Amino acid sequence: MLLRLLALILLGGLGCSQAQADLNGAKLYARNCAACHGEKGTGGIGVPLALPSFQASISDDYLRKTIHLGRPGRVMPTFSSLKEDEIDAIVGYVRSWNSGPAVTYSDKPVQGNPTHGKQLFRKYCVACHGVNGEGAKGTGVTFSRPRDLPIMAPALHNPGFLAAAPDAMIKATLMKGREGTPMVSFLKQGLKEKDIDDIVSYVRSFEKQPLAGSAQVLQAEKPVIVRDSPYDLKTTVENVKTAVTTHNFFYGRVQTLEYGLTKPETENPKQVIVYFCNISLLNQALAIDPRVGMFLPCRITILEKPDGKVQVMSVNPKVLSRLFNNSELNELCEQMKQNYTAIMEESTL
Amino acid sequence: MKKLIQKMGVAVLALFALGSPALAEDLIMARVNAPFPEAMTLLQSAISSRGYTITRLQQVNENLARREFKSDMYRVVYFGKLDEVRQVTAAHPELIPFLPLNITIFAEGEQAILVASHPQALQQFFPDPALKPVLERWEKDMDEIMDELREGANS
Repeated sequence: MLLRLLALILLGGLGCSQAQADLNGAKLYARNCAACHGEKGTGGIGVPLALPSFQASISDDYLRKTIHLGRPGRVMPTFSSLKEDEIDAIVGYVRSWNSGPAVTYSDKPVQGNPTHGKQLFRKYCVACHGVNGEGAKGTGVTFSRPRDLPIMAPALHNPGFLAAAPDAMIKATLMKGREGTPMVSFLKQGLKEKDIDDIVSYVRSFEKQPLAGSAQVLQAEKPVIVRDSPYDLKTTVENVKTAVTTHNFFYGRVQTLEYGLTKPETENPKQVIVYFCNISLLNQALAIDPRVGMFLPCRITILEKPDGKVQVMSVNPKVLSRLFNNSELNELCEQMKQNYTAIMEESTL
Repeated sequence: MKKLIQKMGVAVLALFALGSPALAEDLIMARVNAPFPEAMTLLQSAISSRGYTITRLQQVNENLARREFKSDMYRVVYFGKLDEVRQVTAAHPELIPFLPLNITIFAEGEQAILVASHPQALQQFFPDPALKPVLERWEKDMDEIMDELREGANS
């Protein structure tokens, strides 16, 4: 009787574990992927995973490696905390949108002439993929704003892409194109298979070149910029307000950290925040990556410590580049770091 | 034999019960299958039901519109608990620039996107063991809020 019960549990379990894997795949996808790729894989900032031509041209291994390695500097994060079986579950779920046969690719390198491939790349590929394969501009734009392309041209000169995509897959994509995207078949454009091999070998040669700018994220030394003020709290607050306006920002409000958490009369008056903004800069930042709103508006904290010393501090904007994994934020983050530092130094001079 | 089989049965059942979902890296994000106004209401409710006070709703799209920049509905929701804020900033005033906690919400068509940073990620910069339980609690609450909206609006 017990043996039968155990057998039933085991047999039932086989069905359940499959169902659970499917369920977990859907749940894991919803949790980790849907925000960018759409809940049904229709895309957004991320690739439209359910697109038939995409499904027809990628292997499970490509998906697995892409989830694991991400695309440094190109928003798609590395999901290194996901376990192998969780990645498999996501891949299984994404593959449930595939109506055609599963694709596998050989790992065998494609032999070609990279010098000729470079010439062809310059002629046929740079318009979308960039001169050095750094990918289309505009990563991150598509969350909340209209987009004019159904898919952003990916960065080919990216360690994540190069590790995930075998030569055979790049070749197949060049030969067949991807229907429903701007990626056309280059056989139909008049290239010979030999030419395509040359382009593939050139793309593969990116691995030996220095990291593309679009794959680089800034490294922040410290998360917070701090300066000591020789002035008292009130004077420092006024100095910050003045410095903010001289640097092309307007200050919106001055509040304590505890504003809204308690009655005004019981707020700690020694933790003051000056909020400020430059709407044009805000628009520029949101156009690069709409998610940066979480660090807006700009703010500088003025703090009086128990020993009476006053400090000014702010988040180091260089942290953001890494947090958002968006290299297009690098320049803006550098600029904002300089702005914050200048404002803080001017107000504590 | 009977005990062995019973133990095996329990082990098999325990295996089925395993499998907690993992965290996304870098940012916590969620797509909510509800239009922005509804998602906004659900978000505020999910935050408040966990004992947090909402201190401010930053109206980003309105500010952009004042300068004639186009934007979809966009808010940053700030929230916190007074005792926790006092506790952590007394020991680590450098945490003030990261507080109050916040979640960004913006419209994407008939859906909404939520974004927040991982509170737990602050541990790498502030490795004080006393801070760990608070950051873990914030992390858990952030996760639950995101899950509630992600699953609640979809159910």
